Amino acid sequence: MKDVISNSEYMIEIEDMYKIYKMGENEVRALNGVNLKIKPHEFVAIIGPSGSGKSTLMNMIGCLDTPTSGKYYIDGNEASQLKDDEQAAIRNKKIGFIFQQYNLLPKLNVEENVELPLIYAGVPLAKRREMTKTALERVGLYDRRFHRPTELSGGQQQRASIARALAARPPMILADEPTGALDSKTGSEVLNMLKELHQEGKTVILITHDNKIAHEADRIVRIMDGEIVFDSSVDGDKSQVNV
Amino acid sequence: MNLTQSFKMAIKSISASKMRTFLTMLGIIIGVCAVIVLVSVVQGSTGSITESIESLGANSINVIFTGRNSTKSVSYEEMVEFLDENREYISYVVPNMTGNGRVKYQSSNLNSSVVGTTPDYLTVKNRDIQSGRFINDMDVQKRRKVAVIGSYNARELFGFEDPIDKQIKINNELYTVVGVLDAISNSEGGSDDDTVIIPYSAGRLIFRTSKIRSYVVWASTAENVEEAVDRVERFLYSKFGDEDEYSVISVASMMDTLDEITGMMTILTAGIAGISLVVGGIGIMNIMLVSVTERTREIGIRKAIGAKRSSIMSQFLIEAALVSCLGGVIGILLSCFGTVILGNVMGIDAFPSIFVMLGAFLFSAVIGIFFGWAPASKASKLNPIDALHAD
Repeated sequence: MKDVISNSEYMIEIEDMYKIYKMGENEVRALNGVNLKIKPHEFVAIIGPSGSGKSTLMNMIGCLDTPTSGKYYIDGNEASQLKDDEQAAIRNKKIGFIFQQYNLLPKLNVEENVELPLIYAGVPLAKRREMTKTALERVGLYDRRFHRPTELSGGQQQRASIARALAARPPMILADEPTGALDSKTGSEVLNMLKELHQEGKTVILITHDNKIAHEADRIVRIMDGEIVFDSSVDGDKSQVNV
Repeated sequence: MNLTQSFKMAIKSISASKMRTFLTMLGIIIGVCAVIVLVSVVQGSTGSITESIESLGANSINVIFTGRNSTKSVSYEEMVEFLDENREYISYVVPNMTGNGRVKYQSSNLNSSVVGTTPDYLTVKNRDIQSGRFINDMDVQKRRKVAVIGSYNARELFGFEDPIDKQIKINNELYTVVGVLDAISNSEGGSDDDTVIIPYSAGRLIFRTSKIRSYVVWASTAENVEEAVDRVERFLYSKFGDEDEYSVISVASMMDTLDEITGMMTILTAGIAGISLVVGGIGIMNIMLVSVTERTREIGIRKAIGAKRSSIMSQFLIEAALVSCLGGVIGILLSCFGTVILGNVMGIDAFPSIFVMLGAFLFSAVIGIFFGWAPASKASKLNPIDALHAD
């Protein structure tokens, strides 16, 4: 994929997005007219209880799904009705995913896992090794690069998955409950790492159900029943989110 | 993503579950092995049949009068006349009367096949004399009761005695032994060494007829066989006016028939064994489909981090093809042993041919790709969200 030149002041622009599932007679509106704009270098937390539609929203932001209607621009490029492979290319270049369950491939060692997005991006071997090394050093796992994920602690696995998210140097990190499976100490380590990434200039989007974790972000967006009910950038101080 | 990476990924997942990979391959291994062994053995046995037919001589044409109306025949004199007119294409015409006789010398006796013929018999049958002489033209003209016996008969009847000029009885008629043929086979009873040759003109009682029912016509060169067959057929048709009265068979045409039969045998056996290859391919498809289901999550992760459909497709397709090819190679190695062992057991020279091996290998690769296609396509079309949320 050619590098698309950013021609918008927003990293992410969602306009009037609907995602409707038909369950027999019933209609489930997972997203019910969502409008959301995120600028580059923002640190945004999207919160909401389970079933609120935050996972659906994450899938849309992550180019993992296509909306029923509405527009989605990523870096100024329309991305709402792309084909499978075009979505794959955007995921590969623009987005680094961090999942709650780490989602490392168990049969590959840490280095091979981190290398994977670079392989799919078609980066040549020497360059790939170098970028992998940088990413692994960044999370402090370079000396464990030959270990299998199962030989690592939860925190280390999540760091490996952060390294994988960073490897291809995407402008945006999309973290889905990244601390959900970790104890509070390692959880806060991971959170600190996300903060650092934000300070280094990455756009960080954090999806969580935990208000305390959400408060680490600069901006909080609360979603309920498929609609955004609170956005600290519009509705004032993020401390009011609990209200 | 390039092919090298797809190969590496495929090798990794193959080696991660060796037992399963082996069991998946088993169908292909057996299929490839069966194809090669069967085809090689068929070709090997064809080789030994071919050899024995070729020993009849490539120039030789057998003329047999087959008509139920047995009174009709062509006399030797007529055949010689025909020969004289066609010297360009035909070198010899030899009567080939056959019968069975009880051969006695003093107290020993045995049953042998008796051949009534002329001196040229020695040439067209490519035989030689061990001692004494062969029958000559005078013997034929004068209807002398002389006999040339095979090495088996000489040994059985005479032991260490010299058979030349001894009197033997064939069906109670007295014959004088004038020569002994050299041994060409194992000198056993019933072999080419168990034979008694007499002038065709002398054997009326033994053959119970004076009519010659069979000739060997010898074409001047191997290239002239076809023309010679033509001329013989035309000549015989002018005599009989009915194609059913005689048959003209050249060794060349026997070889053609044999080639046809063995060709069909080869295709048949290869086809039967090929079915097991196809069954092996279905086994691969089955396992690959299971594997895709099992690895739904892996596929989801790969897609989430940017794998395109083609990347997933090629990974699974190469995996299937690799399993199949690996099975093919193992099958080829096993078939080398199998062919040699089976060849020894059957007493024939059987070697797996390089073409059959190459063909079987290519076929197994094609099967891997063909049957790997559906699972690979299924994997590549998985929705990343569904795949990610799979257990």
